[in-house]
Amino acid sequence: MEKIDMALVKRLEDKAADIRKQLIDMTYAIGHAHLGGALSMCDITVALYYHFLNFNPMEPKAPDRDRLVLSKGHSGCLIYNIFADMGMYDKEELYNGYNRIGGKFGQHPNRKYIEGFEASTGSLGHGLSLAVGMAFAGRMDRAGWRVFCITGDGELNEGSNWEAIMLAAHHQFGNLVAIVDRNRIQGNGWTEDTVTLEPLADKWESFGWEVRVIEDGNDMQQVVAALAALPPSDPVKRRKPICLLANTIKGKGIAFMENEPKWHAGGLSKEKRDECHRLIDEARKVRG
Amino acid sequence: MAVTWDFAEMLSKESARDKFMLKLLELAATNKNIVYICADGAPVGSKQDEFRKLYPEQFLDVGIAEPNAIGIAAGLALSGKMPFVNAFGPFLSVRATDQIHTDMAYNDVPVRVIGTHGGLTSGGGPTHYTVCDYAIMRSIPNMTMVAPSDANQCAKLIEASLTYPGPMYIRVARGEEPLVYKDDYDYVIGKAITAKDGSDATIIGTGIGVYNGLVAAQQLAKEGIEVRVIDMHTIKPIDEEAIVKAARETGVIITVEDHNIVGGLGAAVAEVVLEAGIPCKFKRMGIPDVFAELGTPEELYAYYGYDGNGIIKQIKKMLG
Repeated sequence: MEKIDMALVKRLEDKAADIRKQLIDMTYAIGHAHLGGALSMCDITVALYYHFLNFNPMEPKAPDRDRLVLSKGHSGCLIYNIFADMGMYDKEELYNGYNRIGGKFGQHPNRKYIEGFEASTGSLGHGLSLAVGMAFAGRMDRAGWRVFCITGDGELNEGSNWEAIMLAAHHQFGNLVAIVDRNRIQGNGWTEDTVTLEPLADKWESFGWEVRVIEDGNDMQQVVAALAALPPSDPVKRRKPICLLANTIKGKGIAFMENEPKWHAGGLSKEKRDECHRLIDEARKVRG
Repeated sequence: MAVTWDFAEMLSKESARDKFMLKLLELAATNKNIVYICADGAPVGSKQDEFRKLYPEQFLDVGIAEPNAIGIAAGLALSGKMPFVNAFGPFLSVRATDQIHTDMAYNDVPVRVIGTHGGLTSGGGPTHYTVCDYAIMRSIPNMTMVAPSDANQCAKLIEASLTYPGPMYIRVARGEEPLVYKDDYDYVIGKAITAKDGSDATIIGTGIGVYNGLVAAQQLAKEGIEVRVIDMHTIKPIDEEAIVKAARETGVIITVEDHNIVGGLGAAVAEVVLEAGIPCKFKRMGIPDVFAELGTPEELYAYYGYDGNGIIKQIKKMLG
């Protein structure tokens, strides 16, 4: 295994803490956001945008960029804050334009309003098909870019995902990586109490994918190790597409939200916002 | 260019399914952005199979998974490709509606969906009839909904679609259908064609409705009744001007479509006439909001009264 770049891990940990705080601030400012799933996928998404993706916020449609399709569109609020942090727009624009007439920032992202999004999503179970289409286009063009698709775990209830999973394995896309944000909670409760997903890794494997489990998808060191270990994207070479199955915690980083289905979405009072900030700062101090 | 049709020529039949594949085979030779996507629809020896062999990198068979086909097509279009998805109309227009709505239309990408087995042409019974595609597609923002009236027009449409913006649904029949036109006209998406002029009444048809309307109009002309026949091949955006003109000049409009009379061409025309405030006798002809009976298309058109004879009866009643 390659040596982990600990300076990178530290930088990304700090960035993830910042982004969590910005997400909390936005939620306080606008009154409501899908926090739980945004917090669970925060660490891996920060690692992607701030290091592993070939993505230039000043040129978000650069032809050679890596593509990231957010299948769990309700977590777009996390990426709204990442893009604001990257200087693609300012926070006032985000806060004033959230979920209101004339605004660009819906509860689910619209690619036509915000260039950094590859696709408008929101209806669950769509992202993997879109990503397969992009991988196919990349293969046609012999392009070096890679397609990532972040899906929720609850949305794997949707049959359309398995159509895409089956097809991607058949075509052996070497330029496609799926990331499952396995936070184990869907809208109303535990995934395993709703429709059993386990053994989830076996399911992907039996469909022809190479599954790499991230034991703790909220541990930046593990996240960095997994992303750094990905083989180079290859549009032509035929190999099993890769699924990063990231075990995460819904609401991660805010103790009173962690593993609480009711924090799938919600608003925050000023006191709660301050408490969130304190919790994030304390965790950062503990980490050192 | 003048539009001409000739009753004798209408006796020859051609398949729109063959024609659009021939056109795609021709276009794909030079347009390397074209991708043909089917759902278990390329049997050995077919034109689809020929496409696969000639242009393997521009071909994708997703198997029996229409929603996946649309999602993948949208992903391709988002990456600058020009995908044509071809499958059975019922499974595209109904099963894949979410993907058409969200991946294609909301993302506003130029995917062309070609739904075959339109209306009652499949012979497969209600699970295989396509009776609500016009209603669904025209109520989805950004969508263009087109139903060419013959195989040659379908080929013209495919070519025209290459430079037309946004998502599009194209409906064609299962098998061979009569040729309505000679090939001597310019085809414009969104611009209705007056296939026959007349001032006593107007038949506005789409798809096979144009042929059935012309059969009726030809017979009525022999009896001294001159009926205008408008080919409303584009249901959305609909040619309002042609409708308003027909209502004003003839005062009688009959719409003919191989589709549920709820929400389709008839509804679209009625909306235009009513909002224009023009007094006009009006009748929708099509499938009367039932899961249709079994039979050949011709038997069913006659059974539900939107074949030539049924249209003649209806017009005489309204002019009575």
